[in-house]
Amino acid sequence: MDSFAWDSINDIAAAVRNRSTSATKLVELSLNLIKDAQPKYNAIILVLDEAARARAKQIDELVESNQDPGPLAGVPFIAKDNFLVLGGETKAASKILEGFMPPYQASAVNALEAAGAICVAKANMDAFAHGASTENSDYGVTKNPYDTSRVPGGSSGGSAAAVALGLAPFAIGTDTGGSIRQPASFCGVVGLKPTYGLVSRSGVIAMGSSLDCIGPLASSVSDAALVLDVMAGKDKLDATTIDKDELGYKDISAKPLKGVKIGVIDEYLSEHVDSDVTRAINQTIDKLTQSGAEVKRISLPSTKLALACYYIICPAEVSSNLGRYDGQRYGFHEPDAKDLDESYLNARGKGFGKEAKRRIMIGTFVLSSGYYDAYYKKAMTVRTKLINEFESAYKEVDFLIGPVAPTTAFKIGEKSSDPLQMYLADVMTVAANLAGVPSISVPVGADSNNLPIGLQIMAGQRKDRDLLSLAMAIEELGK
Amino acid sequence: MARLSKDDVLKLARLARLELSEEEVSEYFTELNAILEYVEQLQGEDTSDLKPTNQVTGLINVTREDKTIDYGYPVLDLLKNVPFKEQDQIKVRRMVG
Repeated sequence: MDSFAWDSINDIAAAVRNRSTSATKLVELSLNLIKDAQPKYNAIILVLDEAARARAKQIDELVESNQDPGPLAGVPFIAKDNFLVLGGETKAASKILEGFMPPYQASAVNALEAAGAICVAKANMDAFAHGASTENSDYGVTKNPYDTSRVPGGSSGGSAAAVALGLAPFAIGTDTGGSIRQPASFCGVVGLKPTYGLVSRSGVIAMGSSLDCIGPLASSVSDAALVLDVMAGKDKLDATTIDKDELGYKDISAKPLKGVKIGVIDEYLSEHVDSDVTRAINQTIDKLTQSGAEVKRISLPSTKLALACYYIICPAEVSSNLGRYDGQRYGFHEPDAKDLDESYLNARGKGFGKEAKRRIMIGTFVLSSGYYDAYYKKAMTVRTKLINEFESAYKEVDFLIGPVAPTTAFKIGEKSSDPLQMYLADVMTVAANLAGVPSISVPVGADSNNLPIGLQIMAGQRKDRDLLSLAMAIEELGK
Repeated sequence: MARLSKDDVLKLARLARLELSEEEVSEYFTELNAILEYVEQLQGEDTSDLKPTNQVTGLINVTREDKTIDYGYPVLDLLKNVPFKEQDQIKVRRMVG
């Protein structure tokens, strides 16, 4: 893999502030890296070169006039294509939104820009974030940087591949059922899904609103923490946001491991997990124990039901959120439709891809009269059961760990013809979304094909600082 | 539990305003039934003493002062993606006869 190694985000921003480099140089570097990597990997769906160059010039002028552009001064980043970003179209990798020019920008992107960061490109993804491989993109699959015959994971596959290739120092993604953590695991980068509500979703194309989270993908835990620190906190444009920790998320140091109570989720180390993945997780457990952590197996029986629960709740919310794509105000439309009804049927029938239609129909079914109680309400109640199990577990241990996914990156085409097989790629990540707890993927090794393996760490709600601190300690164990 | 017929698939597509080809109806007939069969494993769970979870933040009644906030988005900018419009209005096809 030809990857570019950036300095830490802190060091890059410091270099811009002390004029040993400039935002313009960094943006040109990132744009060149993207251009070179694009034919082979297809990680990027749109380059925002004009907007990025203009913004870099502004940052450099601030530095010239002795003003501080912020903690991310001049740092290029890549946003998943479901973030509204000014300067180019936003289409969530879907044909139905081709040509859509956002009239405003996502709050998370505004926060990053206000801190001096510069969005250079939009990353490829599964259309509307429906998928675990980026194969559902209407603009072609992204290739895994470690093996181009394999998927990068998904749905934030373009973001993860971009960070692994070093196209920019960090990327942002969305995680509804594992869409940051699973591609991070497949591409060997750090991927963080914070506590539900910690980062504003205003200006991000909605998928499953009780599950959707925004987070960073980066090459180290401290970089991810710094990006989270900039994006986190209440936003008046998103009523579901919560306050950030009063200590913030930067300046976190690796947790001393002695006496830390860690639970290994029993159900996540079943016979369905690849032996290489199990081996890498067990090696990390051994290192944790040798460092004085108190590691024990812990059972969360309802995690076995989490995926079934998720594939009722998520499509239900998808069917509702995608109701707005009707071709009247924006998006794909048929000019020749003879009446209003036909214009809806055409716009949605031709504009949506296969997976979006599949989820809309499942969602429509589980919410329909006569089936609501048996499916949707049942899933919402099993969700309570799962949350209760998490809460009891966190009385015994401070953290839960396990694999991110049962396998490493799979072959392109291996699962794409069977939707249920693709859904099973999310089997270990959906529980954190259902419970709203923070979860992170940290690289801990490679399989016999040299494909990266990620360790998943979960903490209690709003314990994002603690989570990052343990993740840093585990990152150091691997060095 | 529920098994969808091809007519059921067509009915769902109709409710969701999705035009499907015959080939798509056949594909979805197989796939949707497989997915429903998988998610039906929840049916065996006893949840009689539990309440449904609607949200996970614990936030209650998030309100703000009832006054107009100007976010600085010009109306014409917000309308720039509209396929059919007249002046600053969205034009749609006739809804009632």
